[in-house]
Amino acid sequence: MTEPTAITHGVDINSLDREPRQRSLQDEKLCLEVKDLNLYYGEKQALTGINMQIPKQRVSAFIGPSGCGKSTLLRCFNRMNDLVDGVRIDGNIEIDGEDMYNPHVNVAELRRRVGMVFQKPNPFPKSIYENVAYGLRIQGNPGKRELDEVVEKALKAAALWDEVKDRLHDSALGLSGGQQQRLVIARAIAIEPEVLLLDEPASALDPISTLKIEELIYELKDRYTIVIVTHNMQQAARVSDYTAFMFMGELVEFGDTDTLFTNPRKKQTEDYITGRYG
Amino acid sequence: MRNLKTWFRSGSPWVWMNAGAVTASIVMVSALIILIAVRGLGHFWAKPIFEAEFVEANGSSTIRLIGEIHDSEIVPAERLRESGVQVDEGVDSLRRFLVKTGNRDTGGLDFRWALESRIQNKRYPEELIALERYEWGNFYGYLKSVKQNGKLVAEGDEAWEALQQRLERAGELHSQIKEIERNAIGAVNYKLERLRLAERRLELDKVESGSRKYLSIAEERAVLQQEYEGLQKNLNELLEQVNRDSITAEVMDGRVVDISLAHVVRAYRPNAMGMFSKIGFYLSKLWEFVSDDPREANTEGGIFPAIFGTVLMVILMSIFVTPFGVIAAVYLREYARQGPLTRTIRIAVNNLAGVPSIVYGVFGLGFFVYFLGGNIDQLFFPESLPAPTFGTPGLLWASLTMAILTVPVVIVATEEGLSRIPRAIREGSLALGATKAETLWRTVLPMASPAMMTGLILAVARAAGEVAPLMLVGVVKMAPSLGLDGNYPFLHLDRKFMHLGFHIYDVGFQSPNVEAARPLVYATALLLVLVIVLLNLAAIAIRNHLREKYRALEH
Repeated sequence: MTEPTAITHGVDINSLDREPRQRSLQDEKLCLEVKDLNLYYGEKQALTGINMQIPKQRVSAFIGPSGCGKSTLLRCFNRMNDLVDGVRIDGNIEIDGEDMYNPHVNVAELRRRVGMVFQKPNPFPKSIYENVAYGLRIQGNPGKRELDEVVEKALKAAALWDEVKDRLHDSALGLSGGQQQRLVIARAIAIEPEVLLLDEPASALDPISTLKIEELIYELKDRYTIVIVTHNMQQAARVSDYTAFMFMGELVEFGDTDTLFTNPRKKQTEDYITGRYG
Repeated sequence: MRNLKTWFRSGSPWVWMNAGAVTASIVMVSALIILIAVRGLGHFWAKPIFEAEFVEANGSSTIRLIGEIHDSEIVPAERLRESGVQVDEGVDSLRRFLVKTGNRDTGGLDFRWALESRIQNKRYPEELIALERYEWGNFYGYLKSVKQNGKLVAEGDEAWEALQQRLERAGELHSQIKEIERNAIGAVNYKLERLRLAERRLELDKVESGSRKYLSIAEERAVLQQEYEGLQKNLNELLEQVNRDSITAEVMDGRVVDISLAHVVRAYRPNAMGMFSKIGFYLSKLWEFVSDDPREANTEGGIFPAIFGTVLMVILMSIFVTPFGVIAAVYLREYARQGPLTRTIRIAVNNLAGVPSIVYGVFGLGFFVYFLGGNIDQLFFPESLPAPTFGTPGLLWASLTMAILTVPVVIVATEEGLSRIPRAIREGSLALGATKAETLWRTVLPMASPAMMTGLILAVARAAGEVAPLMLVGVVKMAPSLGLDGNYPFLHLDRKFMHLGFHIYDVGFQSPNVEAARPLVYATALLLVLVIVLLNLAAIAIRNHLREKYRALEH
């Protein structure tokens, strides 16, 4: 990988140092399936008629201009929008064939299966160890040996272990922004979710930390289905297998990343990725 | 004109105004503290005793005056002339002293005003002694002799040393007597009372009179009775021993009186004391003040029960108010649907903080004491009726009334703290599969704990200084026993208690001997301020520790 470049509009996919990933959505196993999803904030409609299929154990990126609804869509996948006052949703989303908006669904259980990392690092004001152990402690009262193992495994998976192994019991707030974001990822994967939702995980970080996060996403995609929202098209191109372009609350185009960036089917997509948008 | 305008625009007047306001506040607070500290702490210093000739008001007779100068003031001559005192022409004002002559048992009054001009030949003989007594206030005079069982053992110069030795012995005996009276006999009496109540309860439950239960009560009672008699015998022996020694001393009108050492707390010769012994004396008096029981209608001795009562009441209040306030705030902020109803409740809660405190006292008396307490007595303590157990003002009701008085502060502070927890933290917890309740318990409440402590600090500050409602719901002038002691169940929530704030009022305005008590008012006020400061500092220390631990995200 190259050093991340400054955020500019317009991406030439061939200039990026990445292996070609010619894939086809038809060959993939499905993880999440969105069917006719409409979402309203009060009177205002934020998502319109979304239909999409997120493949298992692949990285899918959502790109699009600010306010196009990509974060809102992401937050539908673990029902985070339930917390917002005045939200109304119709249509449904299935996870492994189960409707997650069914009233009988245990939302806490669902969120254990669908982990989420937010734009700004949000570690709890506890020790590094306790942050990672948080999800496990909620699920029950694990033994100390078990916890130690899980914490170490999660921190290693998040490429943070070497940096923090000597100060596991120090406050997590003493870490740098990039370290905090990786800690939050470790915290999310400690409970072994199936899906990991990343909401602009690198937008508040410096280029070096961004690079580390991207490497981490690359490492994690073998085990988790990852959905990432990003403003940065190079980032989308670098890390994702599939890319969705959204505009004004609608899904314009969703396909494998190489095709979408080199040969978009829609004019809107082409305008956006070549920088003619706006 | 222009300069003035620039000066105003520069903001300097604003800075000066702020600095002036801060300075004024600091000056006022320190002046207050210094005033009560000087007036209060000076009281414990050993003042010299003078002897002088004093011309009586009619101008004909001269008497000997022995005493301490307690206070002095300048009076206009005019006023003295009007009240019939002869004052020389051309004199505008005169100084007069308030002399503490003590000896209330022989002289009747222990304070008298004396014009400086009529006091002649003032001197400070080293032999003058002062005795602090358990009854009748201070004694001033000349020691003549020391007697044992009425027989002379020391006289003249030896008498002072003999007195000190024997006083030490009397002091030891006295503390033994107190120990037996207060603790041992107190405990036996307490147990006997419990047995009586147990028996009465059996009668109320209509247990047959031949039942084994009665027998076991009777057995226990017999054992206690025996213990009591043993203690009583010990006590009588000690009382006899303590009455062994006495002294004779000459008072200012020349009479020689007998004083039993059993009544003497301490004896000293202030005029013969050096600086160091005066400091030692001062410290022992100060220690007595904070650690001992009051004597003589609260005008002498210490105020330990009042300190204890204040602190205990405040701690109980905190235990009641914190969970209650926090739960209410959590419901209002986290669970209740925000709308006109919650807004109304919030306004009502804020306004509760402004209700005059005596109103809470009336509420406490009507609701807690008479209604709740009365019903609790009917239900759980029928054996002691008609004597009330909880149907009378006491520690529990005082703490609860105070808790109600301070709960708005805790609610407001906690709500403020809850609203300041970043949304990201809550979402982070929820995204990990925590339910709302788990998020609250594990993350939000710990992070809001510094705010709760802030609420508690404000509550403590208010509750510790409050007097008016307490007078209705549990504070008394003199409580025979503390709310916390060695008798099961150790914490006696039904007992009445003493309180520093009420003590100030009582000593200062309800005391039979206001002149003697006035310095104690200042000393008690100082102590009340200190107790509140200490309670607050403790709470602030806890809060700062929590704040450090749960420092909120800074970016």
